[in-house]
Order: sequence, then structure tokens, then C-alpha cells
Amino acid sequence: MMLDDLVAALRAAHDSQTPLRIRGAGSKDFYGGMLAGEVLDVAAYRGIVAYEPTELYVTAKCGTPLAEVEAALAEKGQMLAFEPPHFSGATVGGCVAAGLSGPRRQQAGAVRDFILGVKLIDGAGQVLDFGGQVMKNVAGYDVSRLLAGSMGTLGVLAEVTLKVLPQPVAEQTLVFTMDEAEAIKRLNQWGGQPLPVSASFWHGGQLWLRLSGARAAVDAAYRKLGGTLAVDAENHWISVREQTHPAFAGSILWRLALPSTVHSPGLDGLRAIEWGGGLRWYAGELDAVRGAAARAGGHAVLFRAPESLRCREGAFASLLPAMLALHRRLKNSFDPRRILNLGRLYAEF
Amino acid sequence: MTSPEPAFDTDRAALVARLNTVLPAHCLLVDDEDLRPYECDGLTAYRELPMAVCLPETEGQVVDVLRTCHQLGVPVVARGAGTGLSGGAMPHAQGVVLSLARFNKILRVDREARLAVVQPGVRNLAVSEAAAPFSLYYAPDPSSQIACTLGGNVAENSGGVHCLKYGLTVHNVLRIRVVSIEGEVFEIGSEAPDSPGYDLLALLIGSEGMLGVVTEVTVKLVPKPELAQVVMASFDDVGKAGDAVARIIAAGIIPAGLEMMDKPATAAVEPYVKAGYDLDAAAILLCESDGTPEEVAEEISRVTEVLTAAGAGNIRVSQSETERLRFWAGRKAAFPAVGRITPDYYCMDGTIPRKRLAEMLAAIVEMEKKYALRCANVFHAGDGNLHPLIMYDAAKHGEWERAEAFGAEILELSVALGGSITGEHGVGIEKINQMCVQYKTPELETFRRIKAAFDETGLLNPGKAVPSLHRCAEYGRMHVHHGEIKFPELERF
Repeated sequence: MMLDDLVAALRAAHDSQTPLRIRGAGSKDFYGGMLAGEVLDVAAYRGIVAYEPTELYVTAKCGTPLAEVEAALAEKGQMLAFEPPHFSGATVGGCVAAGLSGPRRQQAGAVRDFILGVKLIDGAGQVLDFGGQVMKNVAGYDVSRLLAGSMGTLGVLAEVTLKVLPQPVAEQTLVFTMDEAEAIKRLNQWGGQPLPVSASFWHGGQLWLRLSGARAAVDAAYRKLGGTLAVDAENHWISVREQTHPAFAGSILWRLALPSTVHSPGLDGLRAIEWGGGLRWYAGELDAVRGAAARAGGHAVLFRAPESLRCREGAFASLLPAMLALHRRLKNSFDPRRILNLGRLYAEF
Repeated sequence: MTSPEPAFDTDRAALVARLNTVLPAHCLLVDDEDLRPYECDGLTAYRELPMAVCLPETEGQVVDVLRTCHQLGVPVVARGAGTGLSGGAMPHAQGVVLSLARFNKILRVDREARLAVVQPGVRNLAVSEAAAPFSLYYAPDPSSQIACTLGGNVAENSGGVHCLKYGLTVHNVLRIRVVSIEGEVFEIGSEAPDSPGYDLLALLIGSEGMLGVVTEVTVKLVPKPELAQVVMASFDDVGKAGDAVARIIAAGIIPAGLEMMDKPATAAVEPYVKAGYDLDAAAILLCESDGTPEEVAEEISRVTEVLTAAGAGNIRVSQSETERLRFWAGRKAAFPAVGRITPDYYCMDGTIPRKRLAEMLAAIVEMEKKYALRCANVFHAGDGNLHPLIMYDAAKHGEWERAEAFGAEILELSVALGGSITGEHGVGIEKINQMCVQYKTPELETFRRIKAAFDETGLLNPGKAVPSLHRCAEYGRMHVHHGEIKFPELERF
């Protein structure tokens, strides 16, 4: 598949005002608002365009599987530091469009923090280049980062350039037994100290803490913190990243992003805590979860749920009217005929 | 050149009368002698007197000023400390300057949550000072951090010498309060790791006061490393120094800071700060490692090994905090040091892929001959951000014009080498023409539509950051001669 094929498809859809549903591997079809429109399959637009280990960037076409990118990086001892979930075969384009980061987000930052540039095809079929391959670039508005988490509503992310980082020299996972309140307290205390904590996961009275960095730093932190060394830690973190861990089981899963210090938002059904307390997972058909998250200073995403529930509740917390109006105007700036991923972020656009 | 920007026709008396109804007398400046200090920012070559300067003290007053200007169709230029280097805060002759200088309070430093809530007029360094009792600090550290404000840092997405490891402003701001030109207050971002909807924080940070006026900033604080040490290495060739940078990265090391200075820069700095720089070296590298003492020792030994293999001559490791600060003092004082040896200097801000550094420096040497001006180079080597300091004398006829053309050629070469016209100083008024080189028409049109989504009437900082297509057409006519493109020998990106 060539870029021109994608451009032609977008132009035709623009001209005929045909709604499109952009699809890579479909690994996150469960996520976000309702799927609508004719499928624009971009999986065949794939391949690594450029990878410069000493310049710390990789450029890949949207349909490139994350696994392929990560394998190329691993050969040079590098990684995507935001540790994105693959689910079933996730692609680079979908990874950025969904904006989901994994366990290492707490130390390294989110997807958006690693975006250096994009080649975007907007809703009128124009090819636009924003950002580039350099680490620092403040020429023009930072459109590249705006696209992280935009759920394909602003354009087709034909190519993405991501900052890459060296893999840590050493990693060690410690396990502690403690309840929710203690875990929140400790995670925030550790967060304020110069410790190489790269991931945290609390579930069922146990806290897993991953240390990553220089060998000496990891060893020193282990001596300081204590805990039990985890066995098979690598697979543990993969199961957290991929949500194959039993903590994520069940048909209804809420994702709450909260200030890390919030002790408890006053909800039952807590399944897991990640990101030093900033991310909490709840299971079950909870009433008033959105209100509770908002009162605690965060927001709730209905992450996995039967279609009927997602349709009723919306996947994402609603926006205030002025903010929604601003979103609509931005949507129109990129997709004037409103053909891209309608309703995938909000039903209103 | 005809005026390519939208024209405004402000009735000054009516404007002042209306502003008097929303601001107390001590918050409004209208006399020429009071307006004079606001006529430029850190880029002193461009000056303009505004019609009035507003110094609101409350968010309510900011809202009122913006509403008033919106109703009257008057341009508004927001301003922090005025340390910007791209003319982003240069006033509009038909407009008002909205100074946030009185928003100078640190509202909250939260040790447990590791964040600070500050007003936009708070100085960058003051945040770290307030956090110091908790062994926390605010990571982005632009060289002007003693004076520059958080509001300005947000507008410009400021960097500093530690951004390769700790990120830019965009990586360290959690939430902002913003007032739109229509006087609507938006809260963008939160203390949670993310927020619903589009990532507007990313869009607003670095938007150069074109989309809204910031009235509050919540920043992330990070634990202060236990120890920092710096390695100083000399090279007899700038190419070797550039190669050493690539080798450090290839070895899997992300230093806390990685800076380069060329010979003219060290020659200017050494007599001024006596940092102990090797004056025979073609370039020196400063490479900082931070973390636990164990971590630093491990990294310093690896860095030293890599630098030796890359052909470094003299290698020194700071043995005390005093020595570390002395090694850095020269780099941090590079601008004023150059200011001592020339009446004026013009600082550029291009970024390039690190591997093209030697090429860029060789081209700059040729440009020095072409424009008959000297140039010293300091370089955030870790992230490819080059600050050539072009020396000129504004009092000598034609020198500023030559300096400006010299700078423009550097920026356009940055783009041709696969980089950007600005890494951290912003486009402002200074690089507005080079935006026509950096971007094609469809991208510029997208920027204009984004601008309109926030500010339909185009009153916030008009004429900055995003050029009109008319301006680009004019600039293109001036610069393309005989249908030739610049740097034809280079591969295009």
C-alpha cells in the first residue's frame, strides 16, 4: 500500500461525504465510542521508514505492528519507554491514536511525551507534516502531540516519529504485602525520593514495584526498600501491560485517572492500582463512578464494557459545554466534512 | 514590502476610557514614558510602542480586559518577564500589552503530590527554590531562569540544559488555567495523569500567546538527585566532538546534560568566568551525570571510557559541587560573555540532527566570511539545539541587516538538514519568514484554522508565530532567485 492509496481513499470519502472508520489491527475495537462508518484498513501501510539509534528516534508507517518496531529497537538495546499495550497485534498508528501507555508511564511519561512528529492525512485528504525527528522543535503549534488520544477523529496518522530510549541496564521487581491505603501512602512517599521506580501494580493486598536503571542504583534501592524479589517479573509486567492479569477480568472495567494522592474515591470494586497511584481500575456496573472520579480531581473511562452500557454511559467523561464547543471547532479544522471516526471519542462529533 | 498582516484601527481614547472602567488606575499605563519599558522583549532589535499596558491583579480583571479588547477589536499581547528571544512579546502598535507581572504568587507547594500551583508571573527559579525544602525541584531550566516566568515558559515551551533527560515545559506541566479572548476561563489538564478529550495542554504549551492567556500553572516537581557530577572533555576537532555525542547515546547513556561550546565561545567565556576551559580545544563537551552516588560513579566511568575512545584530549571530572558549578558557569554565562566582546549579538536557535553538526559548523564558518561577521557557537548537543551567537554592531550601518541575513541562512540550513528553525526560543516575530520555509501551505492553513478555533477574530498576538500566506508569498519572491532553491547540494527532507 502506498501513501497515495490512502490519500485517494480519504479524498473520495471527503467528496462523497462517506463516514470512515480507520482501522489498523483492530486490537482496540473494544475501546472508545461506537464504531461507525466504512472501514478504512490501514494495516497494509506498514514498515519502519527510518530508525536512527544515535538520534534516538524511529519513524514508522501507521500499520506497522508495535512488535516489529520494538524488535528493531531491542536489537540496538533501545525501547519505546511508554511501554504501550499490544493487546492483539496493535499498530503504531492505533497506539498513538488511542494514546494508551503502559506500566513504565509512571517513570518515563506517556505516548504523547514521546511523539516528535507525524505525517497526517486530514479529513480533506491533504498530507500534512508536523514536528520532525529532532528532540526540540517549537515551530508552530504542537499538532503532533494533540493527536495522541484523538482516536482518529482528526486524521489518519500515516507516519509517526517517536523518541526512543535505551533499555535500562538493570531491572528488579520487589513484592510487598499491604492494603490499598498503605500502598497509596507508600507509592507517593517513594515518588518524592530519588528512587528508580519504573512501575507499580497493586492488586489483592500485594504491591509489585519495578526498579529500573543503572545496576548500582537498582541494587541500592532494593537494599533501601526491602520487600521480596519477584519471580518471573518480566511476565508479570507483560500481563499487567496486556491486561491478561486476573485483576482485569470481568466484562465491565473502569479506568480512573486520579491525582496519585487520592486515598479512595469512595467506590467499591477496586481491582488494581498502577502508576504510583495515578491509575486505578474498578470492575462492575458502578453507579456514579464518573461523579466520584470528578470529585476526586480525575476522570473515569468505561474501558471495557458490553456495547449497550458503553452506548448509554459513553466511553469517556463528558466535557463542559464550552470545552465541547472548542473540541467541535478543532474537529472541523481537521475534518471539515466530519467523516473520520464519528462518535469514536464523543457522540457529538 | 507591503504589510501582509491584518490591519487594526484602534481608537486610543475610547480604548483607554473602557480599560479605566475595568482596571484601577495603578493597573493601567498609558503615557509614553511608562510604555517605553514594554516596547521590546529580549530581542531588542524589534521594537513597537503599545497603546496601553494593563497590569491586572486578579483573574477577573484579566477576563475584563480581554472582553473589552474583544468587544473593541483591539489586539492583545500577553507578557511575562519579557526575557523571550524571538520578539513574541513585542507589542502591537494598535493594541495593548497584558502584563502578568503581578501574578507573582506561589499558591501551593504539595510535597506529597509533588506539584506546585503557581501564578504565571512567578519566576522559573522561584519554583525550585520553594520546593527545595522538600528536596524537590522543577526540572526545565532555561538559562534565563532567574528572571523568566512560568507563564512565558508555557507560552514558549521553554527548554534548558537538562531537557534530554527531564523534558521540556510540555513534559512538566500538569494543568493550566487559560482565559480565551472572549473572556471564558478554561481549566486544561489536571493533577491526574490524563484528562478527557483532546490533549489541549500540548496544543496550548508553546502556542506563543496566540490561543489564550494563562492565569495559573500547575507544574510537576521531581526529586532532587542526590549527586551530580560533570565531565569536561576537549576535542581538537568539532567533528570528533559531535561523534563523541553520538557515541554516548549509542552506549545507552542519557546524560542529565550534554553541552558543547566551540573555540570562539570558550575564548569569550574563559576570561569572564575563569571556568578552566581548554582554550586550545576546537570544542569542549560538558557531560553531566546525576542520580545516586553509585549510579553517578557508574555512569561517569562509562562516559569517560566513551569520550576517550572518541578521541577526547583532556578529560576532567568535577570533584566537588563548587567545581561542577564552575564548569557550568561558563556555559550558562555564554551569552553575557559574548556580549562583552561585541556591542551586539544575535542569538539563533535552530535544531539539527546531531550527526549533521560538523556540516552545520563548517557552513557557519563560510557564512562568517560571506557576511563579514563573527559567530560563536554554544550547543545543547544532547538534543541537537544549536545557539549560534552572531556578533555585530548595531551602530554600524548595514551590520544588523547582515546579521539578520546570516541568521536566516542558518535557520534555513537547519530545515534543509532535517531540523527545525526553533528548538526553544519560539517563532515570535523573528522567525516568522522562516516558518514559510519550515512548513508548506497546507500546514500553515491548519495552524490558522486552529488559531481561529480559539480566537476567531485573531486578536491574540497578531502577526506572530504563524505567517499569513501573503507574507510567505512575498518572502518566497524575495528569496527564490532564477527558480533556484537554496542548498541544492543537500538531500531534501
